[in-house]
Amino acid sequence: MVIWIILLLMTAAAVMAVLWPLSRHRSLAAQQVDPDTQFYREQIAEIERDRERGALLASEAEAAKAEAGRRLLRATGVTAADAFAALGEPALRRRRAASTLALSVVPIIGLALYGAYGSPQLLTHPPEQQAREQGDRLDLMTAVTQIETHLAQHPQDGRGWEVVAPVYIRMGRIEDAVKAYASAVRYLGPSAERLANYGEAMVLAKDGLVSAEAQKAFEQSAQMDKAAFKARYYLAVAAEQDGKVDAAKKAYAEILDTSPEGAPWISVIRQRIASLGGEQPVAGQADEPQIGAADIARMVSGLAERLENQGGTPDEWARLIRSYAVLGQRDKAVATARRARQALAQDGAGLETIDAMSRELKLTDAAP
Amino acid sequence: MLVEAGHYALALALGLSLIQFIVPLWGARASDPVLMSVAPATGLAVFGCVAFSFLALTIAYVSSDFSVLNVVQNSHSAKPLIYKISGVWGNHEGSMLLWILILTLFGAVVALAKNSIPLRLQANTLAVQAAVTIAFLLFILLTSNPFTRVIPAAAEGQDLNPLLQDPGLAIHPPLLYIGYVGFSISFAFAIAALIDGRIDAVWARIVRPWTLGAWAFLTLGIAMGSYWAYYELGWGGWWFWDPVENASLMPWLAGTALVHSTVVMEKRDALKVWTILLAILTFSLSLLGTFLVRSGVLTSVHSFAVDPERGTFILGILILFIGGSLALFAWRAPMLKQGGLFAPVSREGALVLNNLFLATACATVLIGTLYPLALEVVTGDKISVGEPFFNLTFIPLVLPLLLLLPLGQTLAWKRGNFLGTAQRLYAVFGISILVTIALFAYEHGGPVAAPLGIGLGVYLVLGSLNEIVTRSWSKGTPLSVAWRKAANLPRSTWGTALAHAGVGLTVIGIAATAWGVEGLAAVKVGGSVKAGNYEARLERVVPRIEANFREDAAVFTILRNGQALGTLESMKRLYVTRGMPTTEAGIMTIGLGQVYASLGEVEADGSVGVRLYYKPLVLLIWIGSLIMALGGGISLTDRRLRIGAPVPAKTAPAAPVPAE
Repeated sequence: MVIWIILLLMTAAAVMAVLWPLSRHRSLAAQQVDPDTQFYREQIAEIERDRERGALLASEAEAAKAEAGRRLLRATGVTAADAFAALGEPALRRRRAASTLALSVVPIIGLALYGAYGSPQLLTHPPEQQAREQGDRLDLMTAVTQIETHLAQHPQDGRGWEVVAPVYIRMGRIEDAVKAYASAVRYLGPSAERLANYGEAMVLAKDGLVSAEAQKAFEQSAQMDKAAFKARYYLAVAAEQDGKVDAAKKAYAEILDTSPEGAPWISVIRQRIASLGGEQPVAGQADEPQIGAADIARMVSGLAERLENQGGTPDEWARLIRSYAVLGQRDKAVATARRARQALAQDGAGLETIDAMSRELKLTDAAP
Repeated sequence: MLVEAGHYALALALGLSLIQFIVPLWGARASDPVLMSVAPATGLAVFGCVAFSFLALTIAYVSSDFSVLNVVQNSHSAKPLIYKISGVWGNHEGSMLLWILILTLFGAVVALAKNSIPLRLQANTLAVQAAVTIAFLLFILLTSNPFTRVIPAAAEGQDLNPLLQDPGLAIHPPLLYIGYVGFSISFAFAIAALIDGRIDAVWARIVRPWTLGAWAFLTLGIAMGSYWAYYELGWGGWWFWDPVENASLMPWLAGTALVHSTVVMEKRDALKVWTILLAILTFSLSLLGTFLVRSGVLTSVHSFAVDPERGTFILGILILFIGGSLALFAWRAPMLKQGGLFAPVSREGALVLNNLFLATACATVLIGTLYPLALEVVTGDKISVGEPFFNLTFIPLVLPLLLLLPLGQTLAWKRGNFLGTAQRLYAVFGISILVTIALFAYEHGGPVAAPLGIGLGVYLVLGSLNEIVTRSWSKGTPLSVAWRKAANLPRSTWGTALAHAGVGLTVIGIAATAWGVEGLAAVKVGGSVKAGNYEARLERVVPRIEANFREDAAVFTILRNGQALGTLESMKRLYVTRGMPTTEAGIMTIGLGQVYASLGEVEADGSVGVRLYYKPLVLLIWIGSLIMALGGGISLTDRRLRIGAPVPAKTAPAAPVPAE
């Protein structure tokens, strides 16, 4: 509410800036000094001063004064002819018209442009929580900076890397998180949990794709600890992405069987199984509202339709291929790669993008 | 919320500018002082709105409000405070807002000058100025809105381009914009004079401080930009004939011509039409510069954003103002009253010559800048017009200008005596030639350009100061009297002498670059690289982490002929958020010269590529520019009325020529 009052006051002040001079007609009608003639009067006075100081010879001063005098006469003539028409009916009408113009133009333009290009919806629903978040973020930032400074001096402090890595993930600096976990593994030695976290960071860095390198980390982790659920889960996802649906299903089922009662990942795994066409998840188990497989499928098919009909950038094609791979629909990924190659036949750099994506996803049979 | 209020204030400023454009023009036509007096009031109000808007954006930057897109794209919460503030104009939208802020600030100053500017001239000028404001406010509001919001707010900003994270950003753009925009006031006065059909010495007196001030700031801005490029880009060069640099050089050349022609106009009431044309051209070139830099036609550090829509918009503004003002000029200029007469050999004549040379030099730069662009549009060929072109065209035009400069400065007004003038410069000539010969003898076999150029510089410095000496001292005068006389000379005389001496110093600095030496080597710790007599020994490489970048600092010991002079640090930085590396050159100043070390690639075996330069007298390039600007400033404070003191002719003048 306060903001509206402020905007109102601003508008009023702006309009007043125009109305105020229009209301002061009497005092202005006769300007005390006319700068035009004043100029030449001052000039003549200055010539006198210069002569007294000796800066000008008497003859020079006379000549200069004569010239200035001639110009003064000319200027006076102009001013006299320039009688101001400030009084009378036409002036009053002009003033009224100018006032009306100001009263309409200033608020209308202000509101129209602000309405069209500003964010007036924010005025009624201010994002209050932003201020609080800002405070938290600043604390976090100082902490991260401190750790980074420490790590720069002691790069072999694996524990430091392990502490900072999850913070990087929260801040969205995924690449840094991958490097941090890699350092943690290097200096603290491999452990099941560390390797699984390392792998997970790599998966995040690839938008959900389990790369060969990540898979290796997970395999190692699963070897070190049979009960490492995170590693086993991602290995199952990897199988799913490689198109080995049965193996994936089996792996998911195994995780479910060995999970302790009430483990937080159970609902996620049930959903994966369901998306692979396995048994339906038990109602009530999916306690968190997540983006369901159906939503994802809808988004992907939307993208596919758009690319098919209107074409798109190489990156969009690559995203669609990757989406299919992540969903485990390997056949469609291969088909899309072929389709993308046709669509981008004229675009050398685009083809390379597609090839790189195919290589990354191990879609060998999609090669031309 | 402040952000929204700032955005609204900008929209209000547009409405007010429209009133400031329409009502005063109407008032001037109807000779109604009340309507005309709307101009100063709205001028102040518009400035108030824009200043509030700028403040709102600055606060958003300082408080790292990441719900504003512009802040997200160009700031980071870990950035030092000074770069948060200077980051406001380190991007396209913010820099345009700064442009308008300065434009309206100058409008407000004109509005406040109540009793020194005739009402009608003030009203017309502010109306023209409002037209410029309207165009640029529309440009910001429609295509480059700095107040676009992102909801929900981003967690962290993307940081400012690391090349811009430098104190230079806090200084260079504001100085340059004050220069560019200052010429908009000269332009507005010129158009107002055309609208009213009246132009005289009063006009020249009012416009003089604006032109001089704008010129001095533009000089500082260009010099600052050049020094910034010199130490930040790590190539050791200070001028590249880059189109963006040319974009600022062109208004400077035209502005220099304007400064000189206004003198003639104020003192002798001559050269009126030409002065008006120059005022129009100078501002047009400023606009052209803005177009080249902001439209994305050119790619460089300055082109923050490439957006064809913006380019088209600015091109529209450009055509409207340049075309419109030149059309008005063609229509109204013939109606202006002709000015006084003068002989070809006279101070006025010399200033006309100065204007011709400067205008031609400006034209060559314009061609060199626009031709490659035009060629690319027409044939698609990319060519680059660089140093060789400008050396062949620009330098031959500037050389005679510089040679004639002391002569012109010494000539008398209205009717001068060439031989008498030359006589007064005999000593100056002699000393300069001696200096040149001595330098030739000393360096035997070095570059020819350096001694010749330095001789020219010495001639300029002495020739400029010669005027002070001859006006205050003659044979037999005691020094104390001469000193008092010199101190009593008008400040504009001192300003002229200083500005011209500054040109001389810059010329010396430029000429001495021919003596520069450089060395390149890949060195390990303990190894060294040589340039001439100078040697840099790599002592150690220290890694450091700062708030928003990490760097490897290489510490060098600088030796001259084996003797240690001190240490110097050169850095390679990586700005984390943008993942962008930069090189920070290490510079050690020795007298007026500098040792400059810049790091290259780190090789696999741990050695670092190091480029070492020794640049004698290089600082004179910028010191000379500072003195030029200082001269302009001193001249600006001289508010005496300029009086032409014509000497009655002893014999009839040979052939007086009309001023235009």
